[in-house]
Amino acid sequence: MKKAIRDAYGETLVKLGATNKNIVVLDADVSSSTKSGLFGAEYPERFFNVGVAEANMAGMAAGLASCGLIPFINTFAAFMVLRAADPIRTLGCYGGANIKIAGAYAGLSDSYDGATHHSIDDISFMRALPGMTVISVADAIEAEKAVEAAVEIQGPVYLRLSRAEHPYIYDKNYKFELGKGVVLREGNDITLIATGYMVSKTLEAADSLENQGISAKVVNIHTIKPIDRELIIKCAKETGLLVTIEEHSIYGGLGSAVTEVVCSSCPVPVEVIGIDDTFAESGDYEKLLHKYGLSSEAITNRIMTFVNKFNAAR
Amino acid sequence: MSLSTETTKYLNNLCRKFRIDLIQMLHKAQTGHPGGSLSATEIITTLYFEKMKVFPENPESPERDRFILSKGHAAPMLYLALAEKGFFQKEELKSFRQLDSILQGHPCVKGTPGIDLSTGPLGLGVSAAAGMAIGNKLKNINSYVYVIMGDGELQEGIVWEAAMSASKFKLNNLIAILDNNGVQLDGTVEDIMPMLDITKKWEAFGWNVINIDGHDVDQISEAIDSAKQSIDKPTIIIAKTIKGKGVSFMEGKNIWHGKPINNEEYEKAMAQLEEDEK
Repeated sequence: MKKAIRDAYGETLVKLGATNKNIVVLDADVSSSTKSGLFGAEYPERFFNVGVAEANMAGMAAGLASCGLIPFINTFAAFMVLRAADPIRTLGCYGGANIKIAGAYAGLSDSYDGATHHSIDDISFMRALPGMTVISVADAIEAEKAVEAAVEIQGPVYLRLSRAEHPYIYDKNYKFELGKGVVLREGNDITLIATGYMVSKTLEAADSLENQGISAKVVNIHTIKPIDRELIIKCAKETGLLVTIEEHSIYGGLGSAVTEVVCSSCPVPVEVIGIDDTFAESGDYEKLLHKYGLSSEAITNRIMTFVNKFNAAR
Repeated sequence: MSLSTETTKYLNNLCRKFRIDLIQMLHKAQTGHPGGSLSATEIITTLYFEKMKVFPENPESPERDRFILSKGHAAPMLYLALAEKGFFQKEELKSFRQLDSILQGHPCVKGTPGIDLSTGPLGLGVSAAAGMAIGNKLKNINSYVYVIMGDGELQEGIVWEAAMSASKFKLNNLIAILDNNGVQLDGTVEDIMPMLDITKKWEAFGWNVINIDGHDVDQISEAIDSAKQSIDKPTIIIAKTIKGKGVSFMEGKNIWHGKPINNEEYEKAMAQLEEDEK
């Protein structure tokens, strides 16, 4: 069973909008892609399409927030970060505006549009902003819970959302706790820490590793900031080796966040798996992930190499 | 409705006092922006002491008129007006731009009572103002959102993005005032990036445009009254001003955008301003 993250996102906005009249939604001419248009169809008086003007969308959202409204702003993650960066930093974070920033088509999920539309630097930027909460969701259920959580948080929140269909990891009873990682699978030899779509890929990789005699713990870090230090340190102590897996540049994302924690508190080897220092290209999404090292097969191979290196040294 | 003679006199006296206070404040701080503060003196003073509905004892009242200094570098003049209005103690003015001060180099919504938006990077203010104007309409609040922009600021693309939105969403509760002093940091606007026919530009973006002398408090007041009559358009009041107004050696000079005032310059400026006050 699979469901597209963007559908879950749009449907949740509609659901919440029915009872919470303070929710307003803005989009920069991509509402049929981001699915914010579902909200617009239901509540046209609370939906504002600002045209292809991402920076102004974020600026207006800060103004709306100052009137007690809860604006969700929507565009592709790539343009959210690069075009709306200034109002997000200055008005959202420095000004403490209660804005919710939905970065659609994150990672390589807008695969065919190519590197201009991929977003592999958004976590890095958002994480560096004081006061920003950064959430990256792993399936449609988590998307729904994360949107609900974002409404409750007072202050700017970045929601990293994929275009793609994701297999269900959770069921309706899943309790989303902001800032708390989720252990999805127990294991003794190594901990695999993933976020977003890579959680599914990592669970598949853990199955393959088990067949090769490696017992891997799998953790979903949905809240990249503030990160679950306690859980990461516990995993480092228990399994000694860590691997992070993200659909993002190896610079500044989940891998950086995890290494920042363990370096000071419990130094263990950490293998950071993500997009290396390169732009990707157009192509089929799953094939693209494989070429750039993020298919379950590619992840498994990287982890085997990493484990063998340290086992040989022991 | 035109201002009474007493009100005009009162506002002009306040402007004289604020100019003196500004020079003292910036001389003491040895940092800050005199030129663009002096050009906006009458605009800010007329808004706070005649036109705007504000509540110093309850600065965040939803009913308030909102004020955004999109040209955030004119913060010192805004701080003087806010202190005079009673939003905070005048004593605080001495700490402008210093460590632990509530008065940051550019306006900060979190630390300073009476500030409605953090500004500094140019162009953001008018965008947020458009959001506030929509927010007030959604909340059925009949207040106005005022935003002051600089003319160099108009070179920022986001200004025009916001201009389109304010027009599309028919924000007749948004009143922008352009401090059209003709000078930016590096030189005159004409030399650095000519803005050509500003009136036509704003009209073409669907705004109601009013041209006035930005140092004439009566004209400012009447322009705001006129802006409030707009049925479905945002208004921009294009206020012709002089950068550094009131201090002859600063007038029209781009070097006075953000230069510290030395002792000699301070004495000279104060002599002029105190002479004007008599």
